[in-house]
Amino acid sequence: MSILVIAEHDNASLIGATLNTITAAQKIGADIDLLVAGNSCQEAATAASQVVGINRVLHADDASLEGQLAENMADLVVSLASNYTHVLAAATTFGKNFMPRAAALLDVSQISEISEVVSADTFVRPVYAGNAMAKVQSSDSIKLITVRTTKFEAAAEKGGSAAIEPIAAATDTDMSRFIGLSTSVSERVELTSAAIVISGGRGMQNGENFHMLDSVADKLGAAVGASRAAVDAGFVPNDYQVGQTGKVIAPDLYIAVGISGAIQHLAGMKDSKTIVAINKDSEAPIFQVADYGLVADLFEAVPELDQAL
Amino acid sequence: MKVLVGVKRVLDPQVKARVKADKSGIDLTNAKMTMNPFCENAVEEAIRLREAGTIEEVVVLSIGAAKSEETLRNALALGADRAILVLTEDVLEPLAIAKVFKVIVAQENPDLVLVGKQAIDDECNQTGQMVSALLGWPQATFASKLEIVGDKAQVTREVDSGLETINVNMPAVVTADLRLNEPRYASLPNVMKAKRKPLEKIDIADLGIDTANRMTTIEVMEPPARASGVMVENVAELVEKLRNEAKVI
Ligand SMILES: Cc1cc2nc3c(=O)[nH]c(=O)nc-3n(C[C@H](O)[C@H](O)[C@H](O)COP(=O)(O)OP(=O)(O)OC[C@H]3O[C@@H](n4cnc5c(N)ncnc54)[C@H](O)[C@@H]3O)c2cc1C
Ligand SMILES: Nc1ncnc2c1ncn2[C@@H]1O[C@H](COP(=O)(O)O)[C@@H](O)[C@H]1O
Repeated sequence: MSILVIAEHDNASLIGATLNTITAAQKIGADIDLLVAGNSCQEAATAASQVVGINRVLHADDASLEGQLAENMADLVVSLASNYTHVLAAATTFGKNFMPRAAALLDVSQISEISEVVSADTFVRPVYAGNAMAKVQSSDSIKLITVRTTKFEAAAEKGGSAAIEPIAAATDTDMSRFIGLSTSVSERVELTSAAIVISGGRGMQNGENFHMLDSVADKLGAAVGASRAAVDAGFVPNDYQVGQTGKVIAPDLYIAVGISGAIQHLAGMKDSKTIVAINKDSEAPIFQVADYGLVADLFEAVPELDQAL
Repeated sequence: MKVLVGVKRVLDPQVKARVKADKSGIDLTNAKMTMNPFCENAVEEAIRLREAGTIEEVVVLSIGAAKSEETLRNALALGADRAILVLTEDVLEPLAIAKVFKVIVAQENPDLVLVGKQAIDDECNQTGQMVSALLGWPQATFASKLEIVGDKAQVTREVDSGLETINVNMPAVVTADLRLNEPRYASLPNVMKAKRKPLEKIDIADLGIDTANRMTTIEVMEPPARASGVMVENVAELVEKLRNEAKVI
């Protein structure tokens, strides 16, 4: 058995989700290669070689891999896939973009967002916004898998010394062009890797009021998230969204403020270790998953919380 | 120009899915079914493109059991021109669905295929990517903005780190995210009109493709339940419990 994990990186370092994906790969088998593909991603390849449990780092560096467009990434994965029994990537917007494309080109199904490895061909994956868990067995010769990262621990980032092997990129398909990426720059920790997250919903009323959450977040070293309603209303950018359509996170502490707890929101945070809900409506469904519930007006409770920390 | 839009019939997102006692799947008997929300965005975008004069025709495609006609009629009531229903009693994996799309695309020659980014039942998030792979077309997934200029589409994509912009050659496959647009409601007169719009039914067996699933569902289980929590009286008690009981701050 040999496994290829596709690394997600920002050219300089690996994105945390890659480390969780490696742990999922280790549960399948031991022989793991890591593909680092991009344009000028030497540093990321070096970082990848230090991860514990990696056999080889395959380093594809080419202008055609700028922005890691799905067409060129999928062709590269296809060119390597015949050497492997399993190909894994994180179920992030990165992995979800090119993995199904590669799967279709290989004429195999993709097993999406696995939450558990039962055996080399059998996996558990959440369906229906996490209301059910399906155990599925794949009969494909190469298994293309995306991994729900919150369900696997991160592999150790340092201590390994895998060899880095330069490989060629696939030919540029020249079908699409990367124009740019606009990120909401924040000096705060990133949502998916934060140990504590405080999220606001429609109850926040406007973007200005989110500064109340910022202040609490700064004291706790937390990230700030949001419900879809808060993002749709324009209070905060799209990358704050937690849930079925946004990010799936499982921090040690999740504080939901003015969020009702719709099933699609719960899908993104109900695996958090401790959940706190602050809502003025004692009937709000969020209280059914909360370890600590506080029925209160957030405009009083949040400043008080800020004071108490 | 022509757009082909994929629409899937799914359990209504407001309804809680219930696992069958024999663990074979989700109990859908008498459950409220609806158009997959992301497909609503895809249909809406296609109709807006036609209203803007960018394209001439909107064809909607659904692959499923006879009841999927309801979902297609709904899309016709929203403004689609024509519908195709590929009939199958089986629940197919995205790879098989994508193979059906490929055959229909060969017949219809659309300039753009629009699908939802994911179906809220199987949550695969694969079909659009697979359709574009099989067609050898470019793809733009998770679109929150779509602009067609000449033979190219400029797409803003919702990615984990923010908003990404890419330019794809047409024909292309675009998968819709929820913020692509605000879907309209069908008016009563349009619901009536939709009953007379053309809807072609094709038996999947007549397409001559292999639609065998590659995965077997061994069982479908309830997710582990969370232990019930406690209500606190005030912020002081909350902070005390987070510090000393949960030990998370
Ligand atoms: C296909 C699909 C995908 C979706 N994906 C997501 C997703 O990824 N993430 C997501 O979050 N949602 C998602 N949704 C939307 C989801 O169904 C809900 O509509 C959304 O989560 C509601 O957001 P909210 O809780 O902020 O707003 P509301 O439901 O309006 O709740 C606001 C809450 O704030 C409380 N409140 C108001 N004022 C105060 C105050 N002063 N003090 C205290 N409490 C107050 C209210 O009591 C209420 O409970 C999706 C929906 C669909 C159909
Ligand atoms: N049976 C189907 N019929 C028509 N379109 C479908 C079908 N299944 C999936 N799609 C399209 O593909 C999208 C993504 O589905 P999925 O890959 O299953 O998550 C949906 O939003 C639809 O637009």
